[in-house]
Amino acid sequence: MTDTLDPRSWLYPTPRGLYCKPGDFYIDPAVAVPRAVITHGHGDHARPGHRKALATPETLAIMRTRFEGMADTSQQPLKYGESVRIGEVDVELAPAGHILGSAQAVLAFKGQRIVVSGDFKRRPDPTCPPFEPIPCDVFITEATFALPVFHHPSDMGEIGKLLRSVATFPERTHLVGVYALGKCQRVIKLLRAAGWDKRIWLHGSLMALCKLYQEQGVDLGDIAHVGDAILETFRGAIVLCPPSALADRWSRRFADPVPAVCSGWMRVRARARQSGAELPLIISDHADWGELCQTLKDVGAPKVWVTHGREEALVHMARSLGIDAEALHLAGREEEGT
Amino acid sequence: MQAFAALLDALSYQPARNAKLRLIETYLRETPDPDRGWALAALTSGLDFPAAKPALLRGFGEDKIGAELFHLSYDYVGDLAETLSLIWETDPNAGPPPTLGEVVDTLQTATKMQTPAILKRWLDSLDATGRWALLKLLTGALRVGVSARLAKQAVANIGNQPVDAVEEIWHGLTPPYRPLFDWLLHDAPRPSSNAGGAFLPPMLANAIERAELDALDPAHFRAEWKWDGIRVQVASSGDVKRLYSRAGEDVSAAFPDIIEAIDFEGVFDGELLVRRDETVAPFNDLQQRLNRKVVTPKMLKDHPAHIRLYDVLWLEGEDLRALSFDQRRARLEAWNAEKPRARFDVSPLVVFTDWAHLAQLREQMTSDGIEGLMLKRGDSAYLAGRPKGPWFKWKRDPMLVDCVLMYAQRGHGKRSSFYSDFTFGCWREAAGKRELAPVGKAYFGFTDEELRWLDKWVRDHTTNRFGPVREVAPELVLEIAFDGIARSTRHKSGLAMRFPRINRIRTDKPAAEADTIDNLLRLLGTAGVENPAESAYVTAP
Repeated sequence: MTDTLDPRSWLYPTPRGLYCKPGDFYIDPAVAVPRAVITHGHGDHARPGHRKALATPETLAIMRTRFEGMADTSQQPLKYGESVRIGEVDVELAPAGHILGSAQAVLAFKGQRIVVSGDFKRRPDPTCPPFEPIPCDVFITEATFALPVFHHPSDMGEIGKLLRSVATFPERTHLVGVYALGKCQRVIKLLRAAGWDKRIWLHGSLMALCKLYQEQGVDLGDIAHVGDAILETFRGAIVLCPPSALADRWSRRFADPVPAVCSGWMRVRARARQSGAELPLIISDHADWGELCQTLKDVGAPKVWVTHGREEALVHMARSLGIDAEALHLAGREEEGT
Repeated sequence: MQAFAALLDALSYQPARNAKLRLIETYLRETPDPDRGWALAALTSGLDFPAAKPALLRGFGEDKIGAELFHLSYDYVGDLAETLSLIWETDPNAGPPPTLGEVVDTLQTATKMQTPAILKRWLDSLDATGRWALLKLLTGALRVGVSARLAKQAVANIGNQPVDAVEEIWHGLTPPYRPLFDWLLHDAPRPSSNAGGAFLPPMLANAIERAELDALDPAHFRAEWKWDGIRVQVASSGDVKRLYSRAGEDVSAAFPDIIEAIDFEGVFDGELLVRRDETVAPFNDLQQRLNRKVVTPKMLKDHPAHIRLYDVLWLEGEDLRALSFDQRRARLEAWNAEKPRARFDVSPLVVFTDWAHLAQLREQMTSDGIEGLMLKRGDSAYLAGRPKGPWFKWKRDPMLVDCVLMYAQRGHGKRSSFYSDFTFGCWREAAGKRELAPVGKAYFGFTDEELRWLDKWVRDHTTNRFGPVREVAPELVLEIAFDGIARSTRHKSGLAMRFPRINRIRTDKPAAEADTIDNLLRLLGTAGVENPAESAYVTAP
């Protein structure tokens, strides 16, 4: 390790995204670039049109499912734990526990190690391997839920709420708003673990990624497209759809539906009401406050850069732990994510 | 406490009345005494704790995570009790969470010095929802969209009783209402209605239109003005003197002037008004006096309350409800003639020969203080609820104005996918420019088919979005019907409509030709209305 090397001299934000100079590549860039390292498949991290893209095999498969024209991108799969040299930089991908294929990018240059964690969470997820803390000199962390008010309760407890509501309103359809990638499949797995063996109905836009998960070996049980099935079919049923569909004309086909939304934002009542949820379920694929603080301790990095979310509170917390922390503003990150 | 917290949590997200009822019923059935009784008291505003002050909660929060992080958190969440409930961590060693009964018992006996330590122990033992519910209970505002009436409906439902059967005995009961649950769930005898001061379920009327009147014999009916105040019941027996809203809420505290003036025994049905000398003030004046915790002497002086009596249900220990309207009316007038009172008078009958004559009288009545006419069969007994046939209300034709749709918001429940709450405006000149100023909001008046049409129109003409609200191009004219209009400092336009609804969609009218604020100002009534008892076409029978 060189004490004199300034990490900002070889990894820094640019308008196109976070740029690694000695490797001449971007990490999760906001626009198409000649060479990209992609941490995971969500739309604010993975974008189409790069000339070269390095990611886990699962993330590349997700990108092929989501984007047209991926054939024009030269795809370089890198499994968890394997290493590759790009320019003068050694690149490794480590599990981030966020969604299928999600990874932290571990970059080593001249004896200095920076971990770009992407989005991550610390609690178990049946659809992906758990986050692996990697000791490093600089840790770049997300801050989506970086306030002490965000504490995600047990996910099985939240699924229990959903099943109790189904029992209380057996004649109504429970419409559950979930993000198409990751949340959808995790919620299905959690429902299965809670003993819900019945068919789970899906909005059309969720079908392709569920099929991909199944091909990747994630068993989702009996799932089917809502399609043109008659209304009677959905009494007492659980139907998953993207959150936007809850208020969409699409939802009118169900008699007196119970709108539920699965998201870390549901922790705050005003946000839950804005979403139109009658049944807010706090299920998130991001680290909560406790997990973020624990992770800073686990990786033991003397420097922490905080990106997208509530940077102020996490920077404050990190500094109180004696960490040299600062906010890092990246282009193209949307606040909404779960 | 956790079960009560789960109930409040579910209610706070549930817009539909029936689903709310179901949630409360399930809770009341599954929760043992006395907790369910305390919960019922909390939902009907029957619990009163020494309030936990905001400074105490803020201090708790700052001690827990430091001032900086607490303020960032509060800033984000926007509600002090909720912020504290979220940042506090459950301590697994804190022991079992308190029951609702324990919370109530403890707080009623604890001293002010002891309260903070007790509160901390409870916060440690509860989960986030439990803490939120506890703090809401202590800060005195549940705000979960449940009226006392709805809670009583739920409790009646668990015993398959009509809600009026609960209402009749309600004011003789005290929390935690064990005899009530014993009656409803365990075949115990019905608690006796404390006849003195008890609320008696009121008799309500059905709406009627001019054309429907021809099927009725005018000789069978009596007419009286429908005053534009609040329908109330005055109940007095011994030391108990109460004023109830139509829904059975005890509103005595807000009207000490009325309560003090009660010098009789009985139960009366009437209209609560603000009256200055002989003049009935507009509804807006009465509104100033509603929902006030403290009534200032100035308010009592400037907005004196008055009750115009329609009917008598009990008089000096005798139940008159089975008598005919004509018989009760005779008793009421005799009672009033014996001793006229400043704060109470009897609403006069409107004498008419036939329906055409009555229609003419109704047309001539243009005062702000009157909503229309009531028609009551002379032989009608006083029956609880809204029986079909004996009583009708014939409301005044609404005022109409053409407005331009400005914003739309999605509705709730069955309407959750529809833009069904509409904000509309009228034109005004400001700084030499013509602009729309919002004048009101309506969410009914249209058919299901019109709602579908409006929803599509909104989606196709959206120019901007603010969370759940869409701004639309100022192109659609809506004919708005409303029952009254008054000045208001709460609204940007300085005007507030009463009971606005969408009467017609005017696709035929260009938006530029919609009404102006000046047109609306012209509709503002004069200060009030002379007592029509003294006017030419109303005479005592």
